[in-house]
Amino acid sequence: MGEKLPRVPGGARLHSDGLSRPVQTLRVKMVLLGSSGVGKSSLALRFDKDEFRSTTPTVGCAYLTRVVHLSDVTLRFEIWDTAGQEKYHSITPLYYRGAHAALVVYDVSQRETFVRAQVWLKELEKQYIPGSTVIWLVGNKVDRAQDRQVSVQEGQSLANDRGLLFTETSALLGDQVCELLLAVAHRVHECIGAQQGGLSEWQETAHVDLHRRDTFNPFVSCCKVGP
Amino acid sequence: MDGEAQRSTASWENATLAPVDSLRSERAESPMPGLVEGTEPGAGQKSAMFVHAQSFEDLTAEGEDEREAELDKSGECADELKVLVGEKSVEEQHNIDVTSETRTKEEDVCSEAWRSHRKHVFVLSEAGKPIYSRYGTEEALSSTMGVMMALVSVVEADKNVIRSIHADGCKVVFLTKSPLVLVGVSRTSQTDKELLRELLYIYYQIVSLLTLTQLNHIFQHKQNFDLRRLLAGSEYLTDNLLHRLDRDPGLLLSAVTCLPLASSARDVVSSGLQAAKSESLVFSILLAGDRLVTLVRKKDQFLHHIDLHLVFNLVGSSSSFREGEGWTPICLPKFNTAGFFHAHISYLEPASQLCLILVSTDREDFFNMSDCKQRFLERLSKRSAYQALKEALKCPSYSVEQVAIPELRHFLYKSKSSGLYTSPEFPEVYQSDAEQERLMGLYQDLHSSLHHPSRPLRSFYRCGESENLLAWVTSGFELYLCFSPLGTKALALSAVNKLLKWIRKEEDRLFILSPLTY
Repeated sequence: MGEKLPRVPGGARLHSDGLSRPVQTLRVKMVLLGSSGVGKSSLALRFDKDEFRSTTPTVGCAYLTRVVHLSDVTLRFEIWDTAGQEKYHSITPLYYRGAHAALVVYDVSQRETFVRAQVWLKELEKQYIPGSTVIWLVGNKVDRAQDRQVSVQEGQSLANDRGLLFTETSALLGDQVCELLLAVAHRVHECIGAQQGGLSEWQETAHVDLHRRDTFNPFVSCCKVGP
Repeated sequence: MDGEAQRSTASWENATLAPVDSLRSERAESPMPGLVEGTEPGAGQKSAMFVHAQSFEDLTAEGEDEREAELDKSGECADELKVLVGEKSVEEQHNIDVTSETRTKEEDVCSEAWRSHRKHVFVLSEAGKPIYSRYGTEEALSSTMGVMMALVSVVEADKNVIRSIHADGCKVVFLTKSPLVLVGVSRTSQTDKELLRELLYIYYQIVSLLTLTQLNHIFQHKQNFDLRRLLAGSEYLTDNLLHRLDRDPGLLLSAVTCLPLASSARDVVSSGLQAAKSESLVFSILLAGDRLVTLVRKKDQFLHHIDLHLVFNLVGSSSSFREGEGWTPICLPKFNTAGFFHAHISYLEPASQLCLILVSTDREDFFNMSDCKQRFLERLSKRSAYQALKEALKCPSYSVEQVAIPELRHFLYKSKSSGLYTSPEFPEVYQSDAEQERLMGLYQDLHSSLHHPSRPLRSFYRCGESENLLAWVTSGFELYLCFSPLGTKALALSAVNKLLKWIRKEEDRLFILSPLTY
């Protein structure tokens, strides 16, 4: 599956971190939300390494980075892969607060995860400032076609109602995963990157200055909302 | 109670420790000369890393205290109570027989296999709601758990506490830690105290996920709450911990083992962690698989070995930390049952065994912790220590032949003051899982005898069919030796000094002698 080239207009390509960046690099905070076991970590792993591995449930939250090169800009995705388990819900606002992109994931073969996704959407909307977050509804595990409980139309119409974007993926097969990331990248760049101070620039040396919370705290981004 | 009398290793009912059949127990004729606590091989040169833990008395003491307090409240004399408990157990024995019959009917096919498991563990709420069962689904066992709770309540109604039921080669041990009740059912020869210690570990495992404050809060508001909702997805942690309790000598000894590493290399690693500090950082822990490489702590803050074992269990059981950097709330129950720390957990390299755990007090400090890790890595790679560390990973253990003691097959040595232990790899004869568990069972028996609540032994020599064992405890160390059946008692006794000398010679490599603080 790794050889499959993403088909996205604009000649954008995916690159691993560490290559030379002649263009400006902007930081994008992206969060993955959804029930336990819908495949958030598997999607994140696909974004990161284009691999698939079954893992134990995520503990707390996992942080990964992924660089996406668009034609005129490079985006450094800082991906917060949250745990779907209920006991971690109280800390999840930490991760979606100030996110530029939020992927709300459900499992097309488990209706209750679709219901749960709507609860996540409601929660996000409470914190939502129009134009500050790209929210994407993702129906994962389309490889389980015979067990499907949520149709494409249902997902699409939920997305339409809420004014969200919608994609169905298979992290197992790698279907539509790279395309999803690129589409998110384009969308984020168009909607948020264009705004004044929408995305902050990433510098290699940023690490050293991280103690200065006031200048560089990812949790206090464009929309600061209390927990 | 008849299960107790049938025990062959030590029958304290008749107040003697006389040898039964081929078993022999011996008291030491003289205590080990010149080895007091703090000077034994492996003792730290500066302050200890861990909360000072006597050993497993510490672990069980808490439970005992609470019980005694409760007994005091009832204002009856202890002897009377003992009688009461004795009488109760007989009655309950009948009860449990009845329930197991009904259970068999319910479980039908899988019941026989289910019943024959060596050790069952059940966790329930005080309302009798199932929370966890080691084997089988909780739903199927809800009536059984209801009966368990009934037993606890009936005895409590008489202002008494149910401790255990002994019946039909089976021990049922109860641990009431409000708002939870833990029940262990065992066919092993472990004592009640050992089983209680294991239940306590399971209790702490649950607390570490939720905090005691949250647990109390939940059950105060809704007595009937189904806690499985909150523990969903974490059952594997409890499963793995139970597996460890059968296999890991560290949990038995209340100690941790280290990756053998030249002290110069370890010092560089430790000082690297020490330098990569941050205001909110409390503990920096570097693990290589199940072995500790180093631990740096905030001044005046100590980590308890139970908390460290819970961290080992979390890291060792979860593959999710392999991808990216993990950031999770974790309660260290022996440190504080009320609140969460936040742990940054990541491997130094994707395929590496080396896992760094940075424990912070601030839940918003992820990037600071991530930066600490970067600084540590930069510092480490600048010096040759990283290479030395990687080399050391290739031989994480040593063979018992290096000690050069005839007939010696295996040993466990714990330095009490440092809370660290060392042990060689299992030799050929103990390669299979079943044999390793059997040997661990023998060590557990010896451990029970050395730590018997009323008659602790200082030394214990035991002849068996497949091996001879010697256990020795002083104020400074605890030692368990396993010899081939050809070994003699004289040989075993002379081996102690030889082994201590060898450990003294190797202590730089096997132990962390100079733990650091920030």
